[in-house]
Order: sequence, then C-alpha cells, then structure tokens
Amino acid sequence: MFLRMLLRAAVLRRGRAAAALFAMVIAAAVATAMLNLYVDVQAKLRREFRNYGANIILVGRDGASLPADALTQVESVLGNRGVVAPFALLVARTSDGQPVVVVGTDFDRVKQLDRWWSVSSWPSAPQQALVGVRALPVVSPRNQPFDLSFQGRSIHLSAAGTVQTGAAEDSRVYLSLADFVSWTGVQPSTLEIAVTGSPEEITAIMHQIQDAIPTADVRPVRQIMEGEARVLGKTRATLLAAAALIILTAALCVLSTLMGWVFDRRRDFAIMKALGASDRLLNGFFAAEAAALGATGAVIGFILGIGIAAWIGRVNFHAPVMPRFSVLPVVLAGSMVVTLLSAILPISLLRRVQPAVILRGE
Amino acid sequence: MFVRLVYESFRRQKRRKFLAGAAITLGVTVATAMIAVATDIGDKINRELRTIGANLLVTPQEDTLDVEIGGVNLKPPSDGAFLNEADLPKIKGTFWHNNITGFAPMLPVNVTLERGGKTENLTLLGTYFAKQVAFGKEEFNTGVRSTHSWWKVLGAWPGDNSRDVLIGERLWERHPVTPGDSIILSGRSVRVSGILSTGGSEDDQMVAPIALAQEILGRPGAVRRVYVSALTKPEDAFARRDPKSMSGPVYDRWYCSPYPQSIAFQLQEAIPHSHAEQIRQVAQNEGAVLRRIEGLIFLITLAALFASALAVSAAMATAIFERRAEVGLMKALGAGRLAVASIFFAEATLLALIGGFVGFVAGGLLARQIGRSIFDSQITIPPVLLPVILVIAVIVTFAGSAAAIRKAVGLDPVFALRGEL
Repeated sequence: MFLRMLLRAAVLRRGRAAAALFAMVIAAAVATAMLNLYVDVQAKLRREFRNYGANIILVGRDGASLPADALTQVESVLGNRGVVAPFALLVARTSDGQPVVVVGTDFDRVKQLDRWWSVSSWPSAPQQALVGVRALPVVSPRNQPFDLSFQGRSIHLSAAGTVQTGAAEDSRVYLSLADFVSWTGVQPSTLEIAVTGSPEEITAIMHQIQDAIPTADVRPVRQIMEGEARVLGKTRATLLAAAALIILTAALCVLSTLMGWVFDRRRDFAIMKALGASDRLLNGFFAAEAAALGATGAVIGFILGIGIAAWIGRVNFHAPVMPRFSVLPVVLAGSMVVTLLSAILPISLLRRVQPAVILRGE
Repeated sequence: MFVRLVYESFRRQKRRKFLAGAAITLGVTVATAMIAVATDIGDKINRELRTIGANLLVTPQEDTLDVEIGGVNLKPPSDGAFLNEADLPKIKGTFWHNNITGFAPMLPVNVTLERGGKTENLTLLGTYFAKQVAFGKEEFNTGVRSTHSWWKVLGAWPGDNSRDVLIGERLWERHPVTPGDSIILSGRSVRVSGILSTGGSEDDQMVAPIALAQEILGRPGAVRRVYVSALTKPEDAFARRDPKSMSGPVYDRWYCSPYPQSIAFQLQEAIPHSHAEQIRQVAQNEGAVLRRIEGLIFLITLAALFASALAVSAAMATAIFERRAEVGLMKALGAGRLAVASIFFAEATLLALIGGFVGFVAGGLLARQIGRSIFDSQITIPPVLLPVILVIAVIVTFAGSAAAIRKAVGLDPVFALRGEL
C-alpha cells in the first residue's frame, strides 16, 4: 500500500514530478562536477607547472663530480613521476683565447625537462654543439666549425643550431655528454630533477635521493616551488568559493521546486488526513517520497556530473578528469538533506491546518 | 487599471513576490560575482605568478659573454659594458609602466673576504632591496623584496643607503657570522645584517646595496643587468612578429599590447644602449598556466550562470502555478489571454528589475569579499555591467515564466476556480 501510494503519486502528476526530478538531477550533476574538479585541479595544474622545469637540484658537494651511478639511482627513486637531466660545466677557451662556459648534457632529457628552450635545431650527431645566441658571435661568427680547448686538449665542433632562453643558457655552448666526457674527462656535477607531486611528496623524494646519494647536496628550487604553491592555493580557493556558490544556488532551485510541488498536493494531504492517516504516517510518506526523489536525482546527476567534469578536463587541460567515487556519498547525502528539508517544511506548515479548510480550497 | 492590478498584486501577495524575488536576487548575485571573478582572475593569477620571478632581463647591448658557473663569475670584473643606474627610473616612463610591478638592478663584483687570517674570493651582488625611486612626480618602491619574493632573510634586510650586507646561507656555513657583527670585505669593514636563503646561487654570495658594490668596483652608477617583473599577456603568433616589418596601425596594435616582446622593446627604447629580452622559463610557461586557470574559471562561470538561470526559472514557474485560481477569476470576468499574459509578464519584469538590481549590488560585495579573502586585493565590477546583468535577469525570468504563463492562460476558468488542475 505504502509503495503503491508512492508510485501512483509520481505517475499521476508526471509533469511536476519530472520537473522536481530534473531540478534534483541538475543540482546533483553540478555539485558532482564541481567537487570532482576541485579534487582534480591540483594534479592538473601541477603538471602545467612542471613545464617550469626542475624543482630539485642535486649537486656534488663543493663542486665535485657526482658518483657515476647517480643518474640511475635518481631515476630508480623517481620511477615515472619525473624527469632528470645531467649537466657538467666548465670554462673552455675558443681558438682566439676567449673564455666560454661549455656544458655537457643529455639532449633528449633536456628536451623533456626544459621545454621553454627555443632551439633552432637540436644536435643529432657526435661533434655537434648547441650554441647559445649570445655565444654564437664569439665562438662561430660566420657559422663555421670551431675549436674549443680545455687544459691543452681541444675538440673540433660544428654548430647544429642555436638556443635562446633569455637567461644564462644564451652565453653557453652545449655538447652531448659523451663528447664532453671524452674531451675533458669531467663527469656531471649537477642533476636537475623535475618531480610532479604535492610538497610532501617532493620532500619525501628529496629525502630518498639524499639517502641514495649521500655524497651530494639535494636542494629544492624554492623560486618554482613557492610560486607553484601560491598559484595552486589561490586557484583552489577560488574554485571552492565558486563551487559553494553554485551548489547553494542549485540546492535552492531544488528547494523551491520541491516545496511548490508538495504545497500543491495539499489536497492529497487533506484527503489522507480526513481518511484517518496519522501524522507519523503522513510524515513518513512525504519523507520517503522526498528521499526516493533525492536518491534517484543524485545517482543520475552523479553520472551526468562526471561527464561534465571529464568534458571540462578535456577542453581545458587536454586530459580527462578521473571520476572520484568518493564524491558520490557526499552528493547522495546532500541531495537527501535538501529534498527532505523541502518536503518537511511545507508539511509542518500544513499539519496545523484542518483538512476541511484545505479541501474547501481556502 | 493594468497598473493597479500589478500594483495590488505586489501589495497583497508579499510572501510569494518575496520568494520569487529572493530567487532572482540570489541568481543574479551568484552570476554577477562569478562574472566579476572570471574577468579579473587573469590579472590576479598573473600577479601571483610574479612570485616565480622576473620575466624580463635588461642587459647592456655591447656586453661581453657571461662566464659564470654556479654563481661564481669568472669574467674579469671591469670587463664588459654597464648600464647607467640613473636611466633605471625611466622604466616607469614606458607605455606599459602600470604593468611593471617591480625591477631590481644587479651588479656582481669580486671581493675578498678576510677572516681569521684566511682570505677567500667570492662574489658580492649589489642590488636594490626596497628602494624609493622617483620618476617625475611619481614615487615608487622597488627591489628584490618585491621581484624576488622567495628570498628569505634571517635577521634584518639591509637599508638601501646603508653599508650593511647579507651573507648567503651556504657561505655562512663556512663563515659563521652573527648578524650584527662586522667583517672585512676587500679592505672595507661592513656589517652583516642577516643571513640570506634563496635556494639559488646567491646562497654562496654576499648581497649588498648597489652603491657599495659600485664603490668596490670603482664605477659609480654601474649596473650589470636589470630584472624586470611585468604583467604580460600570453604571447601568440602576432606577438612573435618582428616589429620592424610592421606597418603603422599594425605596429601600433603590437606596441600597445602587453606582450613580453613589446614590453621588452619599450624597455630597450627607454634605457640607452640596452638589450631587453624575456626570460623564457618564466614568460613562456606563465601563458600556459594562465590560460588553463582562466579557461577553468570561464567554464565554471558558465555553470554558475546556468545554475542561477535554472533557479530563477524554477521559482517563477512555482510562483505562477500557485496563482491558477486568480487566472480563472480573471478569465471568468472576461479577460483575454493577452491581458492575462501581459499582467504576468509585467510582474515578471518588475521582479527581475528589482531582483537584478539588488543582486548586482550583492554580487559586487560578494566578489569584493572573494577578492579580499583569497587574493588580498580588490575585485571591482565595472558599472557598465549593470544594464547587461539587468537584461539577462529579465530574459531569464521571462524564459522561466513563459512555459508556466502559457499553461496558466490556457486554463479553463471553471476547472481553475474549482482548483482541479
């Protein structure tokens, strides 16, 4: 009987029940999408921030070279959570005696780590160098092959392309690490590491690297880490404020639609009461109805909201936002509270009125 | 008669009008606040991104190559060209001077530290900390404390006119000096006011007011490079074009857009014999981060507008549905469909205008509150937005009531009066 009453109530007044359900679905969808985005936006933005390059530097103590296995050690700590590139630096002389900083590195890794480098063409063969735009007039003014010497040993190089960054790189000459080591015998002294993760995760990785290579200094690049933390914090706070506003609006939309619907059915209410239904039964009936509506709306809205969040992720971040099922209980509970509230409020108003008055349409 | 009907309807049905009006007000409040936040978020995040450091670097045009490894300058100190410190305030005279949030000149010089009978060669970096600079009538405060906000000092920052220095953290580990003590630098006695921690090469250096560095170098007014922090617009294909190849109006448009390239170009014009360039690590990535955040907030603003439109529609539909009996009475007394509809629409418009205005004001306050609590700065709404918001409020209210009004005017007065629908 109870179930049949619930079902008939929904079927008989299809239009208004559908409107109430629609409002509920939209509210739940918007809430789900906002909560999903709020949880996921950090991870998405952190990836963007990794384009700023390294956030950890590993340097040999007092300028010494790093142990030969440092790179593999760091890579095994990182797994696939970051990029690392080795750098070896020294000052060499050009054929006319000008000092210039020469760097040996791994170009494939630098391409991934320092995406902002504007490079005309990357070296691909041995004995090819990448020359900074400011260093070019000094080492190779007519773009001819050039010689560099270090402690009496010299190397013959040709410029494959130029690099422009607006910073120190512009005044340097970059070689492949193999060329650099066979020429000078100097091993890398610096590893630049870009790790994605929360500040705690990054600190943990720094400790792991320090434990793996105790002879080197691990330093955070504070400039990048602090800027990142600030921007992320502010973005999340803005998002939270927006989410709160939107969810509040959606909830009020549900509230007004449902209250209208319940208020509209005061005749049903009066008839039930006139036929001898107790207050408890009536309350239970309307509450069950509201809960059913809230639950149905929440589930449909949840699916819809995940879709919206995924779409925003694709459009804005070019990566899908993963569905967070931890959001579902929150949305479900929130929906039920709103629907129950919007059912109970008009009922408690109506309860004080005599059924006869309502039935007479006054 | 018509006016009286509408007026009486507002006077007698205060509760219903209040509910519908409240829904409109709330919807408009949320919409206004979100629009205000969305239009301002780019500027706000841009300012936050400035904490990552300067995005433009000005160097002398005829400079020799920098020979610097790990912050140690191997170039002979007097070698190369210098900028003139007296030219720096002109940075604030460029077209985009309001977008320049700060600048810091740098002058590295080689000094010897004599301590405990040992001497050590190291680099002393001369700069502005928080210097008062005047350009024309305008006074402003600039230096590393604003451009390099990640620099932390244990102790006190030196004054720009003092002879105090900061000692880098790692240098301090080798030479533990208590802040307040004096040391001998290249034969001069200077006071160490604090310990500097930057996470960069400055940790191995000393940092001093620029006048002290100039005095040690023996070149008053010399500056090696200037870091400039500017609010810029993400670069696009147009920004990358060469200004020399542009014709008049195109050039003007390029010149008057705050691209990193055009601000660099203007800095070069302002400071004689200089070369200005964007620091690509900062300038390039800024654009990407900014675009993502702006895109996100834009999409969320759309969601907010949608949600508030829905809330307004729902409230209006409910309000009209409750008044079937009235419609029945009007129609029984001989009112046509047009007359009934126009009364409802007039009421809706009035509600939308009142709710829209109150909502606009409330939304402005809300946006200001968001700006103050999240970004520590104002978010203001341009008043030109008011008519736009009002029009949107009226349209949304109309759209929300249209279906309900159509249903109401189509009612058979007999059923409506008996309350059987």
